Amino acid sequence: MKQFRTFVKKEFFHIFRDKRTMMILLGIPVIEIILFGFAISTEVRNVRVAVLDPSGDVITRKIIDRIDASEYFILTTKLHTPQEVEQAFRRGEIDLAVVFSHRFLDNLYTGDAKIQLIADATDPNMAVTQSGYASGIISAAQQELLPAGASPATIVPDVRLLYNPQMKSAYNFVPGVMGLILMLICAMMTSISIVREKEIGTMEVLLVSPMKPLLIILSKAVPYFVLSFVNLSSILLLSVYVLHVPIAGSLLALVSVSLLFIFVSLSLGLLISTITQTQIAAMLVSGLMLMMPTMLLSGMIFPVDGMPTILQVISTIIPARWYIDVVRKIMIEGVSITFVAKEIGILALMAFVLIAVSLKKFKTRLE
Amino acid sequence: MNENDIVIRTEQLTKRFGSFTAVDHISFEVHRGEIFGFLGANGAGKTTAMRMLCGLSKPTSGKGLVAGFDIHKESEQVKRNIGYMSQKFSLYEDLKVWENIRLFAGIYGMKDKEIEEKTDALLQRLEFSEERETLVKRLPLGWKQKLAFSVSIFHEPKIVFLDEPTGGVDPATRRQFWELIYQAADRGITVFVTTHYMDEAEYCNRVSIMVDGRIDALDTPRNLKQQFQTDNMDEVFQQLARKAVRKAD
Repeated sequence: MKQFRTFVKKEFFHIFRDKRTMMILLGIPVIEIILFGFAISTEVRNVRVAVLDPSGDVITRKIIDRIDASEYFILTTKLHTPQEVEQAFRRGEIDLAVVFSHRFLDNLYTGDAKIQLIADATDPNMAVTQSGYASGIISAAQQELLPAGASPATIVPDVRLLYNPQMKSAYNFVPGVMGLILMLICAMMTSISIVREKEIGTMEVLLVSPMKPLLIILSKAVPYFVLSFVNLSSILLLSVYVLHVPIAGSLLALVSVSLLFIFVSLSLGLLISTITQTQIAAMLVSGLMLMMPTMLLSGMIFPVDGMPTILQVISTIIPARWYIDVVRKIMIEGVSITFVAKEIGILALMAFVLIAVSLKKFKTRLE
Repeated sequence: MNENDIVIRTEQLTKRFGSFTAVDHISFEVHRGEIFGFLGANGAGKTTAMRMLCGLSKPTSGKGLVAGFDIHKESEQVKRNIGYMSQKFSLYEDLKVWENIRLFAGIYGMKDKEIEEKTDALLQRLEFSEERETLVKRLPLGWKQKLAFSVSIFHEPKIVFLDEPTGGVDPATRRQFWELIYQAADRGITVFVTTHYMDEAEYCNRVSIMVDGRIDALDTPRNLKQQFQTDNMDEVFQQLARKAVRKAD
């Protein structure tokens, strides 16, 4: 036990004396949360709108005013011919064009009064969101402007957005960033710190010593476990108090699942350390094998349901996918832990398999 | 020599990796307090043999006793009674001098108070006392190596294994290093050392030379030179190594 304590202390020394690593370890979560929370935003704001209004009557002008008055849109150009719409898009001056039909007011009750929304679909998600917002404003305006009972559009769906009524993208990114950061710090840092000892030759000395190999590995994992916990706390604090993403479900459940995920990541790091010989290799392997798939396939950025079947299958072996799912459910939807039993079971199974395989590999290397 | 004086004994010790026989039925004995040179070209199998003796690798067949314990069944006990220093000198660069000593002494289960006292004594003997709080990475290579050796015998092992301990060090520092080795041997610690420098082979009490996994020669440097009718160990080594079939890795 004393051996173990001395050893854990030594690992902390390694981390604390390496200022760069320290900065990375503790700074990355803060930076990522702020980046994802503020800079990378899919929310609609300051969309530049052009209007083609050949009718120019009371109703069309009121609708245009409504659009301009909303916080999402800014009216930048008034166009006069349909050709100009395309030109304005090409020059990159506008993001959305609103086109009214001729004699809009006169045709209001005949059903021939039409509005066309033209959006730039080079960014499809943005285009859909923008035109959705614009239609919302237009139909609201329509309801108000027309006398009751005279509305041509009789059915107006009332959309309710559950769990994230303001459509804040932070709700989506916080669970993703949690998955990414914990995976990165645990797996990458653990594997690097083990491989570093191989590289500088101290691992041999340790293996020749009476210290049990399992203890060596365990004591390497402890500091990163602690640091991950610090990071988990800082991510949660930032998201609650800075990004205003509430924790809807039980904090205890959230923390327990996170600990399980940290454990999975640590075992992954251990596995990587047994198959690589140099720190660079360990870094590349964790970067390529963990970071890219985690970012792209875990559902952090792109929804898993929208992927081709083959990628969906691949995504099932990515631990972060299940973890991010659980975090979304517990943190954002606020469901109880019994509803995520399947995901937790899968994570536990992964932890078990990974730790078994890497311990076996670690042992064989000694033979 | 009486029987109790033997600290390493191997009988037909063999290690195979698949169809490749890295160590081929070697048998030898090393006595207490002896400086035993373990020579061989790269790929001759000396590292594999040494790893088996240290309990890092299990022999395929044959027997080996180190410090009185079976390397096959009692590797724990073996590890407790040996010290080890590799060519990649083996201290932590980002720990201070005394922290390194305490860490390794702690691993071998020494008591804090004993560590404290012995550390002071050691640093004084090496005239190192003012470097106590220095990070190891700030020390010159020769000093690091002397320190690494001192750490490897800090827990008073019966045998210390040195794997090319003086690689990359200037001749003056190598000489100083060998003085430390002699001091250790005088205290009764057996020194098992591999080296590439043939002048260092001359410093050993006895030398074994491995070729293609076998021990082709084992005697005192003087007898070996006589046997091969030459006046230096380098020539002895060249004559033996020339017979090697196996390519160096």
